[in-house]
This record gives sequence, structure tokens and C-alpha cells, in this order.
Amino acid sequence: MLYREAGDFKTTYAKDQQTFPIAFDRWGYRLTLAFAVLVVPFILNDYWTNAVVLPFLIYAIAAIGLNILTGYCGQVSLGSGGFMAVGAYAAYKLMTGFPDLNIVFVILLSGGITALVGMLFGLPSLRIKGFYLAVATLAAQFFLVWLFNKVPWFYNYSASGQISAPERSLFGFAVTGANAHPATSYLFCLGFVFVLAWAARNLTRGANGRKWMAIRDMDIAAEIIGVDPLKAKLTAFGVSSFYIGIAGALLFAVYLGAAEVGEAFGIEKSFLILFMVIIGGLGSIFGSFAGAAFMILMPVLLKNIMVGQMGWPTDLASHFQFVIVGGLIIIFLIVEPHGLAQLWRLAKEKLRLWPFPH
Amino acid sequence: MSANFYYGIEVFLNGMMAGVLYSLVALGFVLIFKASGIFNYAQGVMALFAALTLVGFQNGQIPFSHLINAIFGTNIHHFGWHMPAILAIIFTLMVMVLFAYLVEKFVLKHLVNQEPIILFMATIGLAYFMEGFGDLMWGADIKKLDVGIPQGGNIWLEEKTAFLGGPDFYGFYLDNLDMWATVCAGLLVVSLVLFSQYTKTGRALRAVADDHQAALSVGISLRAIWVIVWSIAGFVALVAGIMWGSKSGVQFSLSLIALKALPVLMLGGFTSIPGAIVGGLIIGVGEKMFEFLIGVPFLGGATENWFAYMLALLFLVFRPQGLFGEKIIERV
Repeated sequence: MLYREAGDFKTTYAKDQQTFPIAFDRWGYRLTLAFAVLVVPFILNDYWTNAVVLPFLIYAIAAIGLNILTGYCGQVSLGSGGFMAVGAYAAYKLMTGFPDLNIVFVILLSGGITALVGMLFGLPSLRIKGFYLAVATLAAQFFLVWLFNKVPWFYNYSASGQISAPERSLFGFAVTGANAHPATSYLFCLGFVFVLAWAARNLTRGANGRKWMAIRDMDIAAEIIGVDPLKAKLTAFGVSSFYIGIAGALLFAVYLGAAEVGEAFGIEKSFLILFMVIIGGLGSIFGSFAGAAFMILMPVLLKNIMVGQMGWPTDLASHFQFVIVGGLIIIFLIVEPHGLAQLWRLAKEKLRLWPFPH
Repeated sequence: MSANFYYGIEVFLNGMMAGVLYSLVALGFVLIFKASGIFNYAQGVMALFAALTLVGFQNGQIPFSHLINAIFGTNIHHFGWHMPAILAIIFTLMVMVLFAYLVEKFVLKHLVNQEPIILFMATIGLAYFMEGFGDLMWGADIKKLDVGIPQGGNIWLEEKTAFLGGPDFYGFYLDNLDMWATVCAGLLVVSLVLFSQYTKTGRALRAVADDHQAALSVGISLRAIWVIVWSIAGFVALVAGIMWGSKSGVQFSLSLIALKALPVLMLGGFTSIPGAIVGGLIIGVGEKMFEFLIGVPFLGGATENWFAYMLALLFLVFRPQGLFGEKIIERV
């Protein structure tokens, strides 16, 4: 009788409204967190950090960001790659312009700058809806990438057109640059992921989140009952871009170290993040994590199997990877259009009734 | 008149013809969107796949030879014959029809009644699948496509117009291929319009586009219609693939023309065939003229990447359904 709410009596309102109402969930969450903070840093090696863990954490932030916009507020965006580029270039300019600024503030400020840019590109969403909006956000994607390519000020007139992160440290440990230890980079990203996911969870179940969901479900009806669509849509664009900007800044500063805009933040990134959100589950924070894990782990796994085990040439393996990713996306959408989060929800329902399902 | 003015006209004409090529891709989108409400992101990859298949048939490549070689350690690559272009085109068409049937059977049938965003995602999945599949089947190297369309500048036109602009002007440079593409696109549009207006199947197509349920209730098979529509879209993709493939070789970037077609769609409206043509022309001329007049002199060039999107974005703010799209009526 593990997974029950029976016998778990709530005596205060705060307890009644907590995120994890079931004790088993609560303990699972705390254990995962403790494991992530206390155990993982000591067992991490370079390969795992760079191939799996760091991209997972960073893309999880981006996926939460896009999920706020698409899953909660119903505005489909294909501009995530461009907004990540804004975060990355803002971080670069801040790091090189203000060498004494703490790296945490650099990342947060880059998020803030991205939020402003996102709100600017979110303005047309008041008039344009559905697919038209999705295509309109492509304007942001292509324009921003072009801008960072063409205006030398953004990459400090460097000859290669690349940006590279200088070394910055936090509490005496290097978190960016070549000397950063995998464990410190990991913990740095984990800190951001934890705070941002916690904030997102609480934001989406508060007044703002309800307004977003009202707009998503039917914007005219929401307007009639008093939700201001301008405010709701722009805050969704702002918050979402803040998250995506932070993800972009972390991707550049902590993970990549050096980046070229067209390559690192192209249209494929936008699609990748959208895949994460859809496969993970629209309108679910857990889903964002699940989707990010799935989309990061699967290519690594496939590559290991096909190149490592079966000894195929890498180009053949990468074609196969396309086929499998595409096929899996279709299968997923057919079997469970609401994503991994829905599977998790169903599993929990089953678990609650187990072993007496009738 | 100064030579610059005539160069402007030349840019305008080239823009028109580039626009026609965009319209060709956009047309495939519109057909599928009208008939099934699916925003088919895979249209560009379909063009790539069709072109790859065509080249493969022409050169007598053995499908999946790389894969077979990797698994069995053999070393096969070609059958050793060359197929005439027309025969290869017919075979490719058959492959595209088969593809349409398979898509209906394995993807669309299972996704009836899902939200549009889910269907859109499914077509992105399909695009990924086909991209990998096409490369697996025919190899990923850049291929030359030649079905006998003349290429290169039209010298006759260049010589005949050279007198217009004085000593600095050497006549209009227009590519033969682009002119052929324009003619083909025109023929394609006319035949599509005739088909949808004057044949029984065409009428059924329009009925489905109007109202799925009503169409079903008068005995039109939705599934058959979908196969037909995807086949036609496959045919349009083949034409687009031939034109773009002859122009710049058959390679991965061919699938990116789908992205170019999106602003065309927004401008013209997702549901209108004339809209796709007019939108294509506006985008083609607009981006070439912008690059010529503002992009290169003031902004450092390469504005073609985003200008179309910005134009469409600004335009949509004033007219959210596009030029010819159906008026959006919202009810609570």
C-alpha cells in the first residue's frame, strides 16, 4: 500500500495545496533531488557530463520555457533557437563588457534581455493566431540569427565571427571556460534548473498560469470573463523567453564554451525544443524534463548501438538516426498524443488503485 | 535611362521567376491544407525525396546499397543502365503515389480528429523520417539532375535587349531554366484548376475541403481523397524537385525550400491556390528588390534569409488571414 492518499490527513491549507499531495511522490521528489545533489557530482565523468547530463539540464530549461508559451498559453513558437541565440549573445556581451559582474547575474540578465526581445516578437500574437503565428515566429528565428551574423558588434569584431566564453568562477570554482570541472558545471546548471522549474511550477498554478490556460482554451471567452489578452500573452512570451534565454546563455557559456550562431542556434534547435515539449507533454513541467531526457538520450543511445556495437559507418548511422527519430515521433503521436507526462499520469492512476482496480 | 534602372528591372524579372519556384512548393502545402487541414511540413522533403528518386532511377542506382554493403560486406552500387528521363519520371510518380498511400495508411488514418498542432508535429516527424530514408536509399552525396531542360543564361534575350541601357548595360540576364520553370508552374496551376473545377474527383476534393462531415455523409471516401491529395502533392513536389534540383543539384538543402514557402503561404493565405501564386510572386520580387535596393548597399547583404518572413509578419498584422485566405470567424 505504497501509493495512497488515504490516511494522509491535511490539517492546513498550505498542506492541502502542496505540489505533491501524495506522500510517496513527495519522498520520491526529495530523494531524486538529494541523489542529484549529493551523489551524481561524484560519479560524473567527462563523457557523461558533456554527452548527456549538461545538455539534458540545459534543454530542460528551454523546454520548460517553450512549454509555458505553447503548452500553457497555446501560442506555438518556432523561434526558440533565435531566442536562445539572444541569451547567448547577451551573456557574451555582458561577460566581456563587465568582467567583474558575477556569472549568476550575467545569466539572469541575459534571460531578462531575451524576455524583452521575446515580448517584442510576441506583439503580433495579438492579431495572428495558430499556424500563422507559428510561421511568424520563424521571422524571429531567421532575423535574429542573421543579425548576430552580420553585426560585428555582437561578436566583438572577432575575425572568426565566433563568440567564446571567458573563464568566470563562482565561490572560487571555475564554472565557465576550459578549466571548469564537470561537477561544478553540473551543479551550476542544476541550481538554475531547480530554481526555474520550481518557479515555473508555482507560476503556472497561480493566477498568471490560470490566465494563460484560459487564453489557450479559448481566447475570446477568456477575454469576456476579464482576462486581458495583451497582458496574458505578453507575460507568457516574456516568461517563456526568459527561460529560453537562460538556457541559451548556459548552453553557450557552460556547455559549448564557443559558438557560431548559425550552427549552434539554427532552426533545428527550435524544432528540437518543440519535439521535447510535444513528446514530453504539452502543459506539464514534468513532461518538459521527460521530453528533454528522451530527445537527448535517444540519439546518444542509437549512436552507441549502431557505430559502437555494430560498426557501421557514421554517416549511415546518422541517416538511420533520422529515420528512427522521425518514426518514433510519429508512433508517439499516434499512441499517446499527450506525451510522456500523460503516460506518467496514467501510471499514477493505476498505481493508486493497485492491486484492486475495480 | 541609366543602366542601374535596367538592372533593377532584371532583378525584378528574376524575382518574379524565383517567386514562381516558391509558389510551386507553396502549392503543395495549400492542396493538402485545404483537403485535410494538415499543415504539411514534409512538403520540402517530399520534393527532395522525389528528386533523389528520379536521379536514382535515371542513373540506375541500387536502392539501399550503402546499407546492404554495411550489413553484408558486399560492394554493390549500380545496376549499370541509364533510364530515359520520361520513364524515370513516370516511375518516380508511381513511387510518390505509393508514398501517399503509405502515409495515409500508417500515419493519417491513426491521427484523425487530433488537434492541428499534433498533425503538424506528425508531418515534422515524417519529414525527419523521409530525410533519413531518402539518404539511406540513395546516398547523401550531392547529385546532378538533368532531365533535358536547357540551362544557363538565355543569350538571345541578352543580345536583343543590350541596346536598351547604353554602354554599361549588357542586356537582361535570364536563366533558361527559370523561364521553363515559370511555364511549367503556369501549366501546373491551370491544369490543377481545371482538374478541381471540371472533374468528378476534383468536385469531391472541393467538397472535402469545404466540410469533412458533409462530404462523408454524401458518400465521399475521405481516405481515398486523402490518398489522391497526397499523390497530387507528391506530383507537385516532383515538379518542384526537378526545377530546384536542376538548378542547384539534388542535396539536403533542397528540403529547406519548404521554409521559403512558408511566408508565401502566410501572405497568400493557407487555403487559396491563387494566393500561393500571388504570394510567391510578391515574396520573390520583394526579397530580390529589397536585397538589390537596401540589403546590399546598406545592410551587408544576405537579407533574403529573413526578409520574406518579416514582410509576411508585418502584412499579417494588418490582415491576419492573408491576402486570399478565408475570413477568420471566431465564435465562443
